[in-house]
Amino acid sequence: MAKRTSTSSRKKSVKQRDKTTLGKITDLAQGVATSAYKGRDISIAIPTRTRSNTVWNSKRGILQMGDAKASRELFNLNQAKQFMQTVLHGGSIKELIEAQKTLSLRGMFYKGLHTIAGTNSEKTFTDQDESDTILEDLEVSLGSLREELHIFAKKAGTMVGNITIVDNGDEIDCRRMGSGGYAVPSIVEEDVIQFKKVDAKFVLHVEKGTVWSRFNEDRFWEKHNCILTEGAGQPPRGVRRLLKRLWEEANLPIYCLLDCDPWGHYIFSVMKQGSISLAFESERLAIPGAKFIGIRAKDYEECELSDDVQIALTETDIKRANEILEYPWFIENKPWKKEIEHMLRNGFKMEVESLITKDISYVTEEYVPTRLKKKDWLD
Amino acid sequence: MTATLSFPDLFEPMIAAKPRKSQQRSSKQPKGGRARAEPATPEPESVPAPAPARSSKPRVRATAESMAAQQRDISVSEFFAKNRHLLGFDNPRKALLTSVKEAVDNSLDACEEAGILPNLTVVIEDLQPDRPSTAKQSRYRVTVVDNGPGIVRRQVDNIFGRLLYGSKFHRLKMSRGQQGIGISAAGMYGLITTGKPMVIHTRPDAKKRAHHIELAMNTKTNRAEVTEDQETDDFPPQRLKTLSAGTRDEAFLNSGDYTTGTSVSIELEGRYQKGRGSVDEFLELVAIANPHAQIMFVPPTRVAAEDQEDLPLTDAAKDTPDEGKAPPAPDIVAKDKKIDATVSNIEKDGMIVFARGTDQLPPETQEIQPHPRGIELGLLIQMMKDFEAANKGGGTLYNFLQEKFCRVSSARASDFCKAIGVHSRTKVGDLEPAQIEALFKTMQETRLAPPPTDCLAPIGVRSMLSGLLKGVRAEFYAAETREPAIYRGRPFLVEAAIAYGGELPADDTARVIRYANRVPLIFQQSACSSFKACAETSWKNYNLTQPRGSIPIGPLIIMIHMASVWVPFTSESKEAIADYDEIRKEMKLALMVCGRKLGTYLRKRTAMKRQSDRRDVFERYIGEIAKAINSITGEPAKKLYDQLLKEARKRTAMADAQLDEEGRTMKKRMKDEADELRGDEGVVMVENRASQPAQESPAKKDAASPPTANGDVVKLSKPKRKSKKKPSKNDQELF
Ligand SMILES: Nc1ncnc2c1ncn2[C@@H]1O[C@H](COP(=O)(O)OP(=O)(O)OP(=O)(O)O)[C@@H](O)[C@H]1O
Ligand SMILES: [Mg+2]
Repeated sequence: MAKRTSTSSRKKSVKQRDKTTLGKITDLAQGVATSAYKGRDISIAIPTRTRSNTVWNSKRGILQMGDAKASRELFNLNQAKQFMQTVLHGGSIKELIEAQKTLSLRGMFYKGLHTIAGTNSEKTFTDQDESDTILEDLEVSLGSLREELHIFAKKAGTMVGNITIVDNGDEIDCRRMGSGGYAVPSIVEEDVIQFKKVDAKFVLHVEKGTVWSRFNEDRFWEKHNCILTEGAGQPPRGVRRLLKRLWEEANLPIYCLLDCDPWGHYIFSVMKQGSISLAFESERLAIPGAKFIGIRAKDYEECELSDDVQIALTETDIKRANEILEYPWFIENKPWKKEIEHMLRNGFKMEVESLITKDISYVTEEYVPTRLKKKDWLD
Repeated sequence: MTATLSFPDLFEPMIAAKPRKSQQRSSKQPKGGRARAEPATPEPESVPAPAPARSSKPRVRATAESMAAQQRDISVSEFFAKNRHLLGFDNPRKALLTSVKEAVDNSLDACEEAGILPNLTVVIEDLQPDRPSTAKQSRYRVTVVDNGPGIVRRQVDNIFGRLLYGSKFHRLKMSRGQQGIGISAAGMYGLITTGKPMVIHTRPDAKKRAHHIELAMNTKTNRAEVTEDQETDDFPPQRLKTLSAGTRDEAFLNSGDYTTGTSVSIELEGRYQKGRGSVDEFLELVAIANPHAQIMFVPPTRVAAEDQEDLPLTDAAKDTPDEGKAPPAPDIVAKDKKIDATVSNIEKDGMIVFARGTDQLPPETQEIQPHPRGIELGLLIQMMKDFEAANKGGGTLYNFLQEKFCRVSSARASDFCKAIGVHSRTKVGDLEPAQIEALFKTMQETRLAPPPTDCLAPIGVRSMLSGLLKGVRAEFYAAETREPAIYRGRPFLVEAAIAYGGELPADDTARVIRYANRVPLIFQQSACSSFKACAETSWKNYNLTQPRGSIPIGPLIIMIHMASVWVPFTSESKEAIADYDEIRKEMKLALMVCGRKLGTYLRKRTAMKRQSDRRDVFERYIGEIAKAINSITGEPAKKLYDQLLKEARKRTAMADAQLDEEGRTMKKRMKDEADELRGDEGVVMVENRASQPAQESPAKKDAASPPTANGDVVKLSKPKRKSKKKPSKNDQELF
């Protein structure tokens, strides 16, 4: 199933992208040096990634990052160290690009980690979190994607279905992936992954691997001519980007099957509109056309489920649900408002797996097909 | 000669077997941190309840008649013998301390009243050196010798052999003693626990021979039983000079220093330990508040092993367990380094000398009459009866009011008479109860000048500072004496001082040292008004950490002194000051003044620290930055580093020069504030003790040497400013 395509064309486009990134990093470093020689304030502007700096673009249906920027100054007691870390990671990324290698977030932490010269024990980074934050800062301040910085996250997402793709020159037929499926990489941009043959008519995205396995075992994607994906809870950027591309480039509708709980609702909102911390990526990741087919609060009655499937809402759940109700992109959405209120009225949550109490394959043979046929979903 | 003393039978069973046990029981009580007055320990003679087996017999109920047979007078001494915890004798360790304290208080009082600079010698002899050091208690002889005025022969019996007999109870005058219980109670405790009488030597007249008297209290009658009474030349008692190498020294108990005076010896069961609540600590604190006294202390040769259960202090938990493990030194007592950085004394040949810090006696204080405002109805009636009796029934109300109260002028006295509708020549004895009550009401409602305050002698800012400087190795000291104020018609005055930093332990809660009329209060800290005042003061405002509702944490000693003609203690053992709003308020105000000065000092210290931090932080990171930039752009790292360093230094200098609200630069402001502090009479700073925050504790230094020994420049700001300017309120001479 894996066929090589020419490597030269791939290299070329990569080079172009890397050149741009290198230019941005050099500019940043040059700016620091110039400011130093001219006796100006030495700082790096970093767009703020907070709720207050996210803007809800209701026309486009996505969350976007506002214009607020914080200036990170070298000569500020509280920022000096972070300033040093930012420049340090800048240097590491330049090295990666020149060596044409990628590193994981954890790898980057270790790459930058050492004892600061002239101190007896102070480390450049105290933990990986510190390093991760600096990398996100660099992403937004350079305006480059993580993959453009040659950094990847761990793979966490699976795909099968009626589609053939090319991944880094290797052709992959997603109809023949056995029981494990194709592991979606964290970098799925066009220069890495191309869609070769798309037969599927829609995408069904489910929350968890266990549910995904159920569908795969029942060959759901074959029977219904679709693509089946899974994102281990909140889907990582790679999965979200891939779905976005399938929606945008291959024009496939995206249906989500998630739990009926605030976490499921939140995952849907992130997939559809984007998240606060990655608001700068919404353009690339958000899928305003995504649809939520279940589990719905009404299903307890509609599907005549037994009492056993009820999981009581905790106090945190209730708090969380009320917070979600306050999101501007939910406030405007009447059916969603009703849905959340219904769940709160029920006083319990339900997992996708709860449908198993009806029948092992109830979800694949009955539930999803019926909902799709009746066009019964939430937008 | 004293061997065959007949005990009052009340004590028989106690002496025979019980003291140990009952002590164990009571010694547990303070462990929980609260040392409130606990219920009387059940006495051994109390008969156990009859066994149920005997209940078949019809029980004979008491009748009014049969009960009447048992109803009789209770003598004060019987009462306090049973309730000796009320007087501070609840466990052996505390009993030893209380005995020393009562004798020392009396000696200082007597010396001051007679205008004599006090020389005191305190000796504790270990009478049972073979008892293991782990024993709960051991037998000691406490002797306190003073160079006071002495006591005339005919008063000796009453002073030492009777509870509630003294010169200080009936007057309103600032003194350490006030109840007439102290020394006789100590003697009674000794008698109860050892059966031995008190031994008194006193020479009231330098040209005559001294008296040597031995006496025991008969608790039934509350009278002394004298077993020895002779004239002698042996004063101060020479026996004490034979105890050790140190006591054989010329300077020790030199008879030239003790031309008149009194020596009191009490044998008792006690427990000698170091640390909090010890005799050593008590004397150190006495020395801090009484720099005019010279005290020599000969401790026993052995220290009892530490026993957690026996620690009577609320903060006893702080004493680390391994502290007591140090083997008792055979001759010189191992100075307990754990007592914070308290250093005051010089140790030599098993003797501790608290040297005199000033030759000035505290100013003499006036006795005052009660103020009408502070009187209670019952007391008023009693005073009238006394007045009537003194005047053989002939005293007039007008004279009574004028003579027996302060701030009642002749006009005022007439007003009072008019107000209740009687003639000023009306006899006190002829007043109707309703008229007395009306008089009482009028007294409460009339606006009168507050009582005179020349009855109070503060320690004074300078003396507090020099006392603390002598006693504590800190880096910053501040003190404040408040103007006199009134509670319940009684004048009082509060002083506070603090010592901060230096060698004081940084992570502990602050130590509060409390005084009432110059006497250190060792026990019942949390019940004391001064402790509450400390906890209620917002130390956070002065850059200290303070857990909610408690005293601050940090290298801090807080000293609070309340001086009054009548200190309202919470109990007869005089351990805690009762919590009157007026008193607590004054305490807080005094603490705030000290706190503000400390805040200024700390701000200055932090600012200096920040300055060096800033330099530090920038210079630490620019190396990394230069390297990283070099790897990206190829910019020469060394050149960039030098440039960044130059910039960093420039920025630091700029930040240092930032203007504050009043337009002064940081540097200037810090200098101004430092000057302000330096010029402040109530402040002392010892610059080379100023520790960098978070430095390891300098415990290794010899805590026992005087402050000047390690070259610290310790100077009190010059007193000459006082004479030039208008006299300072804090100045002692004012009183
Ligand atoms: N060392 C002494 N020299 C001279 N007089 C003394 C001495 N010790 C005690 N006295 C006299 O004996 C009196 C009784 O002393 P005692 O300690 O029993 O009571 P107090 O000091 O008056 O009050 P308190 O119970 O508060 O201590 C004192 O008031 C004082 O007049
Ligand atoms: Mg006394």
